Amino acid sequence: MLVTTAITVVRTRSLFAIVMLSGVFSLLSALLLVTLDAVDVAFTEAAVGAGISTVLLLGTLALTSRFERPVRRSPLPPLIVVLVTGAALIYGTMDMPNFGSPEAPAQTHVSPDYIQRSPHEIGVPNIVTGILASYRGYDTLGETAVVFTAGIGVLALIRLLRRRRDGEGNTKEGASLMRHHLILRVVTKLLVGLIMLFALYVQFHGDYSPGGGFQAGVIMAVAFILYGVVFSLDQVQMVLPPWLVHKLVALGVLIYAGTGIYSFFVGFNFLDYSALNPQHPEHGQHYGILLVELGVGITVTGVMVAIYYAFAARPPILSDEEW
Amino acid sequence: MLEEFTWPFIVGHLNYWLFIVLMMTGLYIVVAKGNLVKKIVGLNIFQTSVFMLYISMGKVTGGTAPIFPIDLNIDPDVVYSNPLPHVLILTAIVVGIATTSLGLALIVRIREEYDSIEEERILEIEQAIANAENQRHGQAMGGRAT
Repeated sequence: MLVTTAITVVRTRSLFAIVMLSGVFSLLSALLLVTLDAVDVAFTEAAVGAGISTVLLLGTLALTSRFERPVRRSPLPPLIVVLVTGAALIYGTMDMPNFGSPEAPAQTHVSPDYIQRSPHEIGVPNIVTGILASYRGYDTLGETAVVFTAGIGVLALIRLLRRRRDGEGNTKEGASLMRHHLILRVVTKLLVGLIMLFALYVQFHGDYSPGGGFQAGVIMAVAFILYGVVFSLDQVQMVLPPWLVHKLVALGVLIYAGTGIYSFFVGFNFLDYSALNPQHPEHGQHYGILLVELGVGITVTGVMVAIYYAFAARPPILSDEEW
Repeated sequence: MLEEFTWPFIVGHLNYWLFIVLMMTGLYIVVAKGNLVKKIVGLNIFQTSVFMLYISMGKVTGGTAPIFPIDLNIDPDVVYSNPLPHVLILTAIVVGIATTSLGLALIVRIREEYDSIEEERILEIEQAIANAENQRHGQAMGGRAT
């Protein structure tokens, strides 16, 4: 099914359909990930791929054009390149261990160690969260910084012109766009609260069940984006003004890095959470993971909402015949 | 070489091959198609299939999701799948969407500058700009270069 969807994407010309298909693709891959035991990953993929990226792609389409023009070049050279690369990769898999084999090199080096040590050292049932926030805390800090940087990049690229056009007011039409969809509005009002509650649950229960800062951040952002789409940008910005979002983006990274810096001020290594409760290192790990995940969650929410604001606030410069 | 292709070998490697097919589909979209938004979607497909490749390497037959029981009473007989790829890919997905949105923002800017998101059209415009510049420089040099 995944292959079919991907090939349809190649053949379709309507970009709108392509965006929808890419959402379908993400959802299908999330299902596949569940069967591969990667529940945390599937969770993220579903929230990110089917939720946020579809909205962002649609936002881009609204600002650009809707149909693809056919390419005049011959598709043969790229096809050859792709086939050769594919053949090389398949040749590479010949030495790979069989699928699901417990003797595979990937299964025999560090992972058993993580699985055996994490209950005693960290005391968090979800091993993925334990590794993410504690053993590999540096990586996660780096990744949060990447998300942060990308957010800043988007703002730098497409927020610049906004101030100038602000006064011209396309606020009226935005507000009235969805006024007639009564059911949509009522359902949204109900859902937004629940989505936020779920996000908080995912955030703070990430140590015990699938979830954590990344997923919670994305889900929280979805709540705001949904509200913004159904009502209007102005209304959601009344609840969560852009300046606050921009502060949140920085605050999350600050919480994360601050936890690390605190731990070496009291005489431990950077990001060694035992510092938070030296008598009970396990409890310290627990607090540390919670704090760090909170930082991740805040940054991810902030970046996603900020990106959405940046796209949605941009007045579309579409010529009519393209729609 | 051919005697390696036993039935267990094929079944055991089918997952890698499928993900490679998906990857190549994504790569083909990126290389062959001219529309920038479509290129981004292709890139996403490529990215997702790499994710699935990684996760499938972490799967252990008969294993379960790497989450202990809540009271940490661990049954030593339960096999857990490898949690490490999960961690890597989990963060990679979120970083991926952040970079994707950066790409989309670039597309929006390109569209505003060039009024097109087709690669060929953009190249044409670039060419025209470069020609005009050459012309100007040539005239400044005394009209010898055209």
